[in-house]
Amino acid sequence: MRIEKSVIFIFIWTLLLMVAIPWTIGKVSSNIFFEWPFFFEVAIGGLLAGVMYSLVALGFVLIFKASGVFNFAQGAMVLFSALTLVGLNELGLPMWLAIIATLAVMLLLAVAIERVVLRSLVNQEHIILFMATIGITYFLDGFGQTLWGSEVKILDLGIPNNPGLYFDGKILINDFDLVAALIAGLLVIGLALFFQYTRIGRALRAVADDHQAALSVGIPLKHIWVIVWAVAGIVALVAGIMWGSKLGVQFSLALIALKALPVLILGGFTSVPGAIIGGLIIGAGEKLAEVFVAPLIGGGIEDWFAYMLALAFLVFRPQGLFGEKIIERV
Amino acid sequence: MLYREAGEFKSTYQADQAILTIRQDRWFMWALLAVAFVLIPLVSSEYWLGTIMLPFLILALAALGLNVLTGYAGQLSLGTGGFMATGAFAAYKLATAFPELNILIVILMSGAITAGVGLLFGLPSLRIKGFYLAVATLASQFFLIWMFNKFGWFTNYSASGVISAPPMAVFGDNFVTGPYATAEAKYLFTLTLVVLFALMTKNLVRSNIGREWMAVRDMDIAAEIIGIKMLPTKLKAFAYSSFLCGIAGALWAFVYTGSVEPLAFDVNRSFQILFMIIIGGLGSIMGAFLGSAFIVLLPIFLSNAPHWVGLNIPVDLISHIEFMVFGALIIFFLIVEPHGLARLWQLLKEKLRLWPFPY
Repeated sequence: MRIEKSVIFIFIWTLLLMVAIPWTIGKVSSNIFFEWPFFFEVAIGGLLAGVMYSLVALGFVLIFKASGVFNFAQGAMVLFSALTLVGLNELGLPMWLAIIATLAVMLLLAVAIERVVLRSLVNQEHIILFMATIGITYFLDGFGQTLWGSEVKILDLGIPNNPGLYFDGKILINDFDLVAALIAGLLVIGLALFFQYTRIGRALRAVADDHQAALSVGIPLKHIWVIVWAVAGIVALVAGIMWGSKLGVQFSLALIALKALPVLILGGFTSVPGAIIGGLIIGAGEKLAEVFVAPLIGGGIEDWFAYMLALAFLVFRPQGLFGEKIIERV
Repeated sequence: MLYREAGEFKSTYQADQAILTIRQDRWFMWALLAVAFVLIPLVSSEYWLGTIMLPFLILALAALGLNVLTGYAGQLSLGTGGFMATGAFAAYKLATAFPELNILIVILMSGAITAGVGLLFGLPSLRIKGFYLAVATLASQFFLIWMFNKFGWFTNYSASGVISAPPMAVFGDNFVTGPYATAEAKYLFTLTLVVLFALMTKNLVRSNIGREWMAVRDMDIAAEIIGIKMLPTKLKAFAYSSFLCGIAGALWAFVYTGSVEPLAFDVNRSFQILFMIIIGGLGSIMGAFLGSAFIVLLPIFLSNAPHWVGLNIPVDLISHIEFMVFGALIIFFLIVEPHGLARLWQLLKEKLRLWPFPY
């Protein structure tokens, strides 16, 4: 992957601003506390939280890349997979079996979505497909909760969840976040290898490049869509497990899709590394702003800050940091 | 046979440029207006007017606003709820700061304020396009709601963050807000405004502004090349759309609910209105009304349907099933007619030309 010069510039500027703004505020304002170990603690916490956002954004990217569908249902898929997993586990299945069963359910879901929705809407405008995925969102939210109930469920996979001290006891990091980051990293490497070296992966990249050309060399588009939705389902399951064990499995899991959207536009709709880097920038920026800037303007800014941050990036790069350059012809 | 333009000759340019060129269409429209203005207030119960017709009309107005932006100018927006909230809070601030102002002026001014806010949030649309823009407009949605929640000034420092409309009258003691207002007065007031704005919008999209919007929608770079200026065109669309959404928000807060909190205009409201214009038909005035009627009536139907057939299901289960059916119906409609109910209406009229003798 070739990285453009402007991206590197934006990158350096981002880093500089992320350090400079908290530092300046700490110097100027008396009620905001600034110290380097504390700054790094906040920044690292933010980076790790950002990885969790990336997990959700990845699912969006996969589907957008392969089919050009802006899949709003990714959040609902996260919720649905987590609910199914916990529900099956409560029915008495051991956890490993429940995970396999949930994978099978997500595969079935992918087949169903392709059969019922995508196949009937081939060649429609993007906005129609987008609306259809919102329809899927409503359906899955309702379906999951009808099946498994709507009370908060606890998902415990035995991931350690206690704060640990690092760097001579100066910086406090939650072990759970480290594990989550590790899993996300493995997932991304796995996906990269899958895309790069397998036959299906090559086919997926071909479809992403050009639907028609892919069809003409004999790649079955319909199968590819099923595969890509299934892979997105697997990513949703991983995200569901991580978010579910962090927050408990409940309806609010579906709302983390809204957290993943700024990550997505910042990184670019079509780039897997973009989703990761976008997540890191959004995560760190959001946490830093929450700690160092928010007290000055009244707090509670996590609802919109990520969006504003992404918007600021988009003004400089309308296709996101790593998105494909938008070339327009008449 | 009964419905066609054959035999209607136009002898003036004015007649040629009429909105409805076919005589039967004009009759139909007058009949529709007569039903809406006279028959419905006479026969409907308070419940029907207050809880079904009012939200239908107000959301249709908001859908009209979004349809201008998304359906005509091609800028996908998810910030409708935020703009409606802006209208509601602007109206509240105006009405409490200047109690002597007439409600019409308050509502129009709150629309104008919202148009200003819309201009501001429309600026990024010059560089950002498509789904990137859609996500970027979510920024306005979340930011505006946060702002109204956070700063007490907007709610006159009320502890609950809820704003309540003071009683206001159009003229004399014809109250349209507050406890003295009758459902009929509220309904007629809203209906008049909505009809006027629908007419205005219809004429606007037929004018050169509307044609510029459609050129930008169909291919913005081509539009630029034939000499349409992007900046004013897109900003006009954002301003007019937010103007209508702001008025809808003010009506929602003042006339429909009477008191409202920012959460009533959250992101789900934006999606609801986007659904209306997609189900109704993008780029169609009629579509905004059809979509609004569908989306307002469907949940009422869904939550009452189990009672009618005698089933007794717990409330939370009903709401989940409602979600499911709602999602499934959206998908069903998109598959059956991706161009919306307005397209079905068109097809019906095409059929009507030949009916009852198809040859």
